[in-house]
Amino acid sequence: MRYWVYALCLSLCLCLAAEAPSGEWILNKVDENNYADTRIAVSEMVIHLTRNTRTVRAKSWVEGADKSFTEFLYPPRDAGTKMLKLGNELWVYTPSTDRTIKISGHMLRQSVMGSDLSYEDMMEDHKLIDQYYASVAGEDTVLGRKCWVVELTAKSTDVSYHSRKTWVDKERYVPLRENRYAKSGKLLKTTEVKSVSQHQGRWVADRVSFKDALKAGEGTEFVLDSIRFDVRIPDIIFSKASLRR
Amino acid sequence: MTILKLAIRNLRGAGIRTWLNAVALSFAFVAIIFGQGMMQGMNKQAEDASVAFEFGGGQYWQKDYDAYDPLTLEDAHAPTPSALESLARAGKAAPILVVAGSIYPHGRIKPVLLKGIDPAQKVVALPTAALADTAEELPLLIGNRTAATTGLEVGDQVTVQWRDADGAFDARDGRVVEIMQTSVSTIDVGQVWMPLARLRELAGMEGEATIVTVAKDERKPPAVEGWSFRGPEFLLSDLRQMVKTKTVGQVIMFTVLFLLAMLAIFDTQVLSVFRRRREIGMLIALGMTRVQVIVMFTLEGALHSILAAVLGMAYGAPLFYSLQRNGFAVPGGDSWGFSLGDKLYPTFTAGLILSTTVLVFLVTAFVAWLPTRKIAKLKPTDALAGRGT
Repeated sequence: MRYWVYALCLSLCLCLAAEAPSGEWILNKVDENNYADTRIAVSEMVIHLTRNTRTVRAKSWVEGADKSFTEFLYPPRDAGTKMLKLGNELWVYTPSTDRTIKISGHMLRQSVMGSDLSYEDMMEDHKLIDQYYASVAGEDTVLGRKCWVVELTAKSTDVSYHSRKTWVDKERYVPLRENRYAKSGKLLKTTEVKSVSQHQGRWVADRVSFKDALKAGEGTEFVLDSIRFDVRIPDIIFSKASLRR
Repeated sequence: MTILKLAIRNLRGAGIRTWLNAVALSFAFVAIIFGQGMMQGMNKQAEDASVAFEFGGGQYWQKDYDAYDPLTLEDAHAPTPSALESLARAGKAAPILVVAGSIYPHGRIKPVLLKGIDPAQKVVALPTAALADTAEELPLLIGNRTAATTGLEVGDQVTVQWRDADGAFDARDGRVVEIMQTSVSTIDVGQVWMPLARLRELAGMEGEATIVTVAKDERKPPAVEGWSFRGPEFLLSDLRQMVKTKTVGQVIMFTVLFLLAMLAIFDTQVLSVFRRRREIGMLIALGMTRVQVIVMFTLEGALHSILAAVLGMAYGAPLFYSLQRNGFAVPGGDSWGFSLGDKLYPTFTAGLILSTTVLVFLVTAFVAWLPTRKIAKLKPTDALAGRGT
């Protein structure tokens, strides 16, 4: 009788194992859904500060993982501020001072417009599969959707977040929740997707809440207004000259 | 000699007018010495504190480190050279590792510089021993200004975040074990000190440093490849420049004060020459040359400064002595831009007092001479008749 129980358990485990894809496979699917050659998006950041809330609207042009250009459209005080990322370098142009400054070193840790996102966070745009080993830790339900819980561990020591835990939608392959950890295991950042929509056949998180786990406050909400994938972007956009245009 | 005697007699004869001029000039006199003494004391105090707490006998900077360019910080670390390591072992140098990071006091983020220093060091006057006498896993030492801006107190736990040598984020909870009271803001504002070995381990920078501060009495620091030695002259140059800038402001103020006193002397001389035309004619008629008369009048004016010096000394000396001994509270604190502490102790040197006395005498003599030039053109007959000025 005891052997029968063992056999039943073993076959159940095998069935479950057969159902659960590998972590790498899930990451590949996430990257596949997430990455396009180019994309142009208009979005808003709702920044919850201690005493008030401010909204910043921006348009972004992105090419691969290395090039991106963002122009802030709103509020009037920040309108015209532009950010250019080329590889690991970032420049910010502010119209009020008519100056372009290079953001590097510890300045990259500073918050963008008072949000919970740092310049570094905004620059993080690499494919997950290139940076992390992945293993499926279980299943969960987020936003009423079934998810794989995937644990990511950095492949090399130069990855910003040593480990991550991400909840990936089983059907749409959109990470619906994510925790990012320091080397010590301390939780640093959390991401919570509030809604997802489909654009040009891809599922995109269009309302996301970012939170610096070490900071008090309600975090920063990211709201996507529109997005277009695989649109031809002129090279001039990703040049320093475009910052002053 | 006769001229001097006449000048003194005339001065005494002027009575209250002489004393009023002398008192006004003595105020300017005392104010100038006080201002200069305050600046000298400020400079000395700030330099002494900076040397004791921060610069020691100079600093070796890793070749990529530039204190004026925070962007250099990321690459500014390297293994401590053996020559400097030997100095450190002998207690004559203190390696310091600097890593950019953030702390999260009471749920707020604050960018800081994390500085690792050997708790046993005696090279600078930082109370680093507090970092050793604790069982805390990550003991932290902060200055009074950082404590005030972050609201942290001794015993408070605070999360510290940084990027290690490879660029990966790391964060730990540390505990404030000591809040140092320091007048040197450059070792305090936006800085968190911790044991060197711990920071090296956490940042993945074993055996590395950014700065090596050498002891004050280390006369001949060796040349080390890949590290530049910055002597006290270099390190204190900013501070001296700042004091110099403030001195310029003070000089303008004292010049105005001094000019007012000089105006009083000038007016007195103009009036004197006008009212004493008959006397001038009489003196020339009795055989004095015009130059001798001019010298007498100039001497009368210049003697005001001697009287002012004596008067100023009478009430200024006890005041200066008391200030130099007990100091006085400086309003504004850190707003001066350099380390002053709670009290400022002015420095009044003999050289300062003597040079000010000579300067005041010369300027007074010049101002006193200006109105007397008219005497050179005066005809004795006109002067005796009360005309000609």
